[in-house]
Amino acid sequence: MYDIKALYEAESISHGISLLKEHPQAQIIAGGSDVLVQMREGKRAGAELISIYGLDELRGVKLEEDGTIRIGSLTSFSHITKDPVIQKYINVLGEAVDMVGGPQIRNIGTIGGNTCNGVTSADSASTLFAWDAVIEVTGPEGVRRLPIHEFYIKAGKVDLRSAELQTGILIPKESYEGYFGHYIKYAMRGAMDIATLGCSVNVKLSEDKRYLKDVRIAYGVAGPIPMRAVHAEAAAKGLEINSDTIEKVGDIVLEDVTPRDSWRASKAFREHIARVLCKRALKQSILLAGGVIHE
Amino acid sequence: MKDKEHVIGKSVKRVDAFEKVTGRAKYTDDICDKSSYTAKILHSTVAHGIVKSIDTKEAERIPGVVKVVTCFDVPKHYFPTAGHPWSTDPEHQDVKDRLLLTDHIRFYGDDVAAVVAENEVAAAQAVRAIKVEYEELSFVLDVQKAMEEDAPLIHEEYPRNILKHTSINSGNYEEARKEEGLIKVEGWYDTPTVQHCHIENFICYSYMEQGRIVVVSSTQIPHICRRIVGQALGIPWGEVRVIKPYIGGGFGNKQDILYEPLCAYLSTVVGGRLVKLDISREETFVSNRVRHAIRTHIISYVRPDGSFAARKMECFSDQGAYASHGHSIAAKGMGAFPQLYPCPNIEADAYTVFTNKSVAGAMRGYGIPQAMFAVESHTDDIALALGIPPYEFRWKYLMPKGYTDGFSKNVNYFDSFHQCLEKGKEHIDYDRKVQEYANQTGEIRKGIGVAAFWYNTGVWPISLETSSCRMVLNQDGSVQVQVAETEIGQGADTAYAQMTAETLGIPFQKVHVVSTQDTDITPFGTGAYASRQTYMAGFAIHQTANLLKSHILDTAQELTRHTKQSLDLIDGNIVRLGDEEILMSLADLAEEKLYSLTNNGHLTAESTYQAKTNAYSFGCTFAEIEVDIPECRITLTNIVNLHDCGKLINPQLAMAQVHGGMSMGIGYGLLEKLLFDEKTGKPLNDNLLDYKLSTFMDHPELKGDFVENYEPTSAYGTKALGEPPVCSVAPAIRNALLQATGVAVDEIPLTPHVLFRRFKEEGLL
Repeated sequence: MYDIKALYEAESISHGISLLKEHPQAQIIAGGSDVLVQMREGKRAGAELISIYGLDELRGVKLEEDGTIRIGSLTSFSHITKDPVIQKYINVLGEAVDMVGGPQIRNIGTIGGNTCNGVTSADSASTLFAWDAVIEVTGPEGVRRLPIHEFYIKAGKVDLRSAELQTGILIPKESYEGYFGHYIKYAMRGAMDIATLGCSVNVKLSEDKRYLKDVRIAYGVAGPIPMRAVHAEAAAKGLEINSDTIEKVGDIVLEDVTPRDSWRASKAFREHIARVLCKRALKQSILLAGGVIHE
Repeated sequence: MKDKEHVIGKSVKRVDAFEKVTGRAKYTDDICDKSSYTAKILHSTVAHGIVKSIDTKEAERIPGVVKVVTCFDVPKHYFPTAGHPWSTDPEHQDVKDRLLLTDHIRFYGDDVAAVVAENEVAAAQAVRAIKVEYEELSFVLDVQKAMEEDAPLIHEEYPRNILKHTSINSGNYEEARKEEGLIKVEGWYDTPTVQHCHIENFICYSYMEQGRIVVVSSTQIPHICRRIVGQALGIPWGEVRVIKPYIGGGFGNKQDILYEPLCAYLSTVVGGRLVKLDISREETFVSNRVRHAIRTHIISYVRPDGSFAARKMECFSDQGAYASHGHSIAAKGMGAFPQLYPCPNIEADAYTVFTNKSVAGAMRGYGIPQAMFAVESHTDDIALALGIPPYEFRWKYLMPKGYTDGFSKNVNYFDSFHQCLEKGKEHIDYDRKVQEYANQTGEIRKGIGVAAFWYNTGVWPISLETSSCRMVLNQDGSVQVQVAETEIGQGADTAYAQMTAETLGIPFQKVHVVSTQDTDITPFGTGAYASRQTYMAGFAIHQTANLLKSHILDTAQELTRHTKQSLDLIDGNIVRLGDEEILMSLADLAEEKLYSLTNNGHLTAESTYQAKTNAYSFGCTFAEIEVDIPECRITLTNIVNLHDCGKLINPQLAMAQVHGGMSMGIGYGLLEKLLFDEKTGKPLNDNLLDYKLSTFMDHPELKGDFVENYEPTSAYGTKALGEPPVCSVAPAIRNALLQATGVAVDEIPLTPHVLFRRFKEEGLL
């Protein structure tokens, strides 16, 4: 039994926005896999809820005319994993969200909820950071698009203004064309877990596949919000592919990551794992891109 | 005469299989009437303190709130909670240190107040609205710090917080260790606080009927529950009736009285109305029971050939805030030590010590998983120090055939350890792998390890062992069977039906085991604990079935005019011995007897068997792992458990016990630990996300096998299997890590955090 003050169901995006205007204190609920857990814990007990779960127009993945991949915010993790557009162009995202919780959570949980939560451990977030995703929000003033790194403000806080809904996540063609990526979730058990650290890497190789033309390295749980390892990325660009390069790039991430000490894991442990995961994800990405790593 | 068909030893379907897989089986919450009030408990938010005042005004104003009860309102009848048989000797009674609610807070999560409301939401709102003022006291979380002179005192009657200290002294340790040429091996081994994590959280409901209190509870021990509810409320025990329906697991947590007395009391303060107390997962972690974390120090003086000259053990068992099962756990663990590898000169001390943490009680294995982690890790340390392969060391020095324990009178009748080791070695291809994995380098390494255990079946001679059984014959030749040893998911009811069918001589389908225990109806007995169900209930079932059979054959003599001695009951028929002629069916006999106008009768039998024996159960685990050194991670790739638990009553159910225990052992060795904040004493990971119970993804295929040596002391040749499978898993994994990396890790769980620290210390990272 949940302590819910009222539940309003949005019938369209605009209806959802007007409900949000009428009930400014209300909490948006989509799949409910986070909100209901928080209510049960008493954190949001007695809240008003606005459900957007019925808005089918926010479901599904589309390849737009200009090559942008549009992921509706209500698309469930399991649908993202099985989607042919995702599998063809950014398969790593499908793999990443397939590591969320267990099968039931992946059927109910949405990528919009995962990102709007603003938590650093979200399995979709580091990969979306790595792909330079664009977040689309819709509100009373119309549609806003912003890079995902601007969407995340601080732990638990995203750039959703009054009466705004997240309506889509966009991956522009230039972000993914020619890139190959790999995500490693480091957790304490094989399923039903949150990441102790997550690392998503993608690479674009030179035409002869001997050099790193571009490298993107993103992390979850390496700081209060998901982040990119900008120093390591800059250092990696243009380097010849070999095992020394991988070691070097992996070690530079220490200039970027800022994990904290907590009872879940020590800072020293997370820093160590950040290096290990970067090296392994980078190696795997290069192999996926058709590169060969010489010792 | 043709061979009798046996049902013992066959993997017949569970008697409750269809009920459980279709969801028809009714558990406590399913049968609780929807008119019930809901109760919720307010738990303390300090680890140690005194409640100065409680303001309930705001809570009482919340619509739907019926009653708020605080620690200042409840009767002061101190009661024990351990699910032990009562002792009429005050010296052997469990410690009475609990109240329904308390103003002396001894751990973060202690019970301060309770709310009764019309619904769950109002109850939760009211609990949040109660304001408690505490006078905080300093607290202690570490078991050895708690023993220091200046440590905060948790119970006034126990100086240095020591609940109990017992010793074993045999031979002369101090003299024996002076022998020339001995090698000293010493280690400290730490095991974690873990929780049972049964699927069904604790739940009970209570109401009054004809002036008595009825409690329906998810408990392993209904008759003990009746006694403790009586003690806690200060009322005659007969005024309490306890009913136990199907339960969704217990693993020992429900071998303790948790909140039945509080729930019963709450019903009495709302006019006997039905009150339900449904405990959340978070409360289950913090405010039920946990496994004792035990720190063990072992010193062994060994000769170069591996033989033991002298050994010393010290165990420090973390009791948490209240006595519960108390010292029994550490004492049992310590008691296993001198027997596993017999040594003439032993000095051992076990201390059970209060700390300001969640209360430790019974949990599957009852001190032996802790002891086996210490002893079997230490065994590999000795083997390494002497350069003797660990398998050979065990082969040579484990408890030999013929070993007899003077106290319990247990005898190792067979060559069980050698049989188990040999079988396990073949299963896992040990010899090849142990060679292949020697001297590896590189980031990914493999290892293989072994560990053994022995386990006692019941609690004799420390405690009473008794079982009573009732059988009633129906008109169609079927029987109802009742015992007080409860079905808690392990399959006990099925084993009882097999035993009854076997001994009585009727088809298995004709046996109806009454699964629900009701203290008004069920014969007296102490419930499900230890690994005693098939062993102890077996005696009473065997005896009662023979008694009923005798009554049946008396009736057969009346009806057939053949002498009883020439008759037998076989497969539901009265058979004349000699020519094997079926004279009549049992159904015909029963119908005739029950409706006879001349010689009417109700055929029933009831008897008690007090067991004054116990039985050694033996086994071992072989574990194979892959270690990813940079990721500080162990993957268990292969595991096999071997058991000699005597004759198997139902091989498939026995294997299910083995699988379940192994799974628990895997979590114990690799993942699980309940954490407490050093600064506040607050439990940090009291949920199934942060407490890393292992998942299917963390398990390889679980393999088990048996050595079936018929146990001579047992009615059906059987002995302990419920708990044994968990006992040797963790040290086998730890020893596999030692083989793979050369790194001895002396604490579990072997998490990446621990491996990170140890690999750095050993220069692997």
